[in-house]
Amino acid sequence: MGTVKKKGVLGDLKESLIQKIFQTSGLLAIIVLLGIFALLLYTAIPAFREVSLKEFLTSTRWDPTSPEKPEFGLLSMLASTIMVTIGALLIAFPVGVAVAAYLSDVASPRVREIVKPVVELLAAIPSVVVGFIGITLVGPMIAKIFNLSHGLTALNGSLLLAIMALPTIISISEDSLNAVPISFVEASLALGANRWQTLVRVKVPAALSGIIASLMLGMGRAIGETMTVLMATGNARAFPQGFLQSARTLTANIAIELGEVPYYTTHYYALFAIGLVLFIMTFFVNLTADVILEKQKRKLQ
Amino acid sequence: MESSYIAIPEGQPKIQVENLSLSYGPKLVLKNISLVIPEHRVTAIIGPSGCGKSSLVRVLNRMNDLIPEARVEGRVLIDGENIYDRDVDLVALRKKVGMVFQKPNPFPKSIFDNIAYGLKIGNHRSRSELEQIVERSLRQAALWDEVKDRLHQNALKLSGGQQQRLCIARALAVEPEIILFDEPCSAIDPIATAKVEELIHQLKKDYTVVIVTHNMQQAARVSDYTAFLWLGELLEYDRTEKIFTNPANKMTENYITGRFG
Repeated sequence: MGTVKKKGVLGDLKESLIQKIFQTSGLLAIIVLLGIFALLLYTAIPAFREVSLKEFLTSTRWDPTSPEKPEFGLLSMLASTIMVTIGALLIAFPVGVAVAAYLSDVASPRVREIVKPVVELLAAIPSVVVGFIGITLVGPMIAKIFNLSHGLTALNGSLLLAIMALPTIISISEDSLNAVPISFVEASLALGANRWQTLVRVKVPAALSGIIASLMLGMGRAIGETMTVLMATGNARAFPQGFLQSARTLTANIAIELGEVPYYTTHYYALFAIGLVLFIMTFFVNLTADVILEKQKRKLQ
Repeated sequence: MESSYIAIPEGQPKIQVENLSLSYGPKLVLKNISLVIPEHRVTAIIGPSGCGKSSLVRVLNRMNDLIPEARVEGRVLIDGENIYDRDVDLVALRKKVGMVFQKPNPFPKSIFDNIAYGLKIGNHRSRSELEQIVERSLRQAALWDEVKDRLHQNALKLSGGQQQRLCIARALAVEPEIILFDEPCSAIDPIATAKVEELIHQLKKDYTVVIVTHNMQQAARVSDYTAFLWLGELLEYDRTEKIFTNPANKMTENYITGRFG
C-alpha cells in the first residue's frame, strides 16, 4: 500500500536547502545593485566639496585640467548623450516596430526562423566592432553625403546606436505583438477587417505597452553604450550644436578621462559623479520599462 | 454513406456545401460533406468533440484560411456563389457571414468602439450614424438597457454573458446575412445562455443562423435543422424535430440518447 506520509526529515531538508539557494541568488542580485550604487555615491560625494551640485548639473563647461580654473559642468555631455540617444531611437524605433510587425504578422514561418536569429546575432556584435564600422564605413559616408571634413559626428553615433538598439526593440515588440490573443485577431478578421487593419487597430493597441517598453529598454541600451560612441562621435567637448557636429557623451567622457586622472582628486570624484548620473538615468528608464511590461502582462491575462 | 440520411430542407437555400473535404496537413478533418442550409432558419451542427463541427463553420467564412496547412476541396456556395473561387473578396465575404466565437472576445476597447469597429474599418460614417447603429445593434442583442449609460466603459469589465451578447451586437452591426455561432454558450452561465438562445431565436427572422453546439438540449431548443457529424462525416441531417424524436441513423440515436459523446 502506498503511503502519503513524509519520508523522513531528509526530504524536508533538501527542499528548504534548495529554496535557500535560490533565495540567496535572488538577494545577491539586489545586493550587487545596491553595492554599485553605494560605491558610486561614496566616491562621487567628495567631488561636491569643491564643486557645487548646481554648477555640476547646469554648467556647460567641462575643463577639469585647466591650471587657472578647473570647470566641472556636465550639461554639454548630458545634452550630447540625450541627443545621440534620441537620434538613435528616432531611427531604431520605427524600423524596429516595423520589423517586429513583419515578423509576427507577415513573415512565413521559414523567414521568421532565419530572421529572428539574425536579429539576435546583431546584439552579439561587440560594441568595439560596431565602432570600427562607424569609423571606416558609416562615418566616411556621412562625411561624403553632407560634405564634411570628417564623419565623426553625433549622427554617426546615432546611426550605430540605432543598430545596437534594434535587437532589443525588435524582440520585445515582437514578443508583445505575439502575446496579443489570437481571439482578438479572429474577431477582427471575422468583422471584415484585412490584415493591415487588424495589425494597426487591434494588435498594436493591445501590445502598445510592450512596444513602449521596448523603446525604453532600447533607450537604456543607447544611454549606457560607451565604446561605440567613443569611437564614432569625435568627442568634442563643446555643447552639441547639431547632428553633424562632433559630440562627447557622458559615457565616452568617463572612458576617455578615467585612465589618466590622478586618483582622489576632484576630477576623479567628478567622473564618479557622472557615473552616478548615468546609473540613475538608466535605472529609471529600465524601471519604467519593467513597470509598463508588467502592466501589459496583467492586461492581457 | 447512405445519402438517404441527408435531407434537403424546404425553403430557399442560403448555403450549399458540395462535396466538401478539409484537411489540416495530412489529417483529414471533414470528409466529403454535402448539405444545404436554408435561409432564415437556425441550423445546428452537433457531434462529439473533435468531430469537425467547428471546422465546418469556419469553412463558411473562410476562417480556416488562418491555418497555413489547411486545404479545402469541394465547393461552398452562398447565394449561388462559390466562396472558394479565386476572385472572392474575403472582406466582403466576412461582412456577409458574421461570426460569434466560443469564448467571448471583445476587444480591449470601450463598448461603443467594439460595436463601431466593423463600421469604422469599412466606409467612413458620421458620428451620429455610428451612434444610431451602435444603439440598434445593442438593442438587437438585448444588451442596450444594461449598458446604455456606460457605452464608453471598457468592454472587458462586462460579465461573460454580457460580453458574449456584445460580440453578437458587434457582429450584427455590420449587417451580415448569415451569422455563425461556434459554441457560443460554452463559456457562460445558464442564465446568460438562456438570453443568448432567446436572441438566436429572434435573429432567424432576419438572418440565416448556423450554430455549433455540444449541448444537445440547446440544439433541440433553438434550431430548425440539425446536422450530426461524427469523425468528420455528416451522418444525418434533417429537421431538428425528426432528428431528436426519430433519428434514421443508429449512430445519431446513440449519440442523442447519450450513449457516447
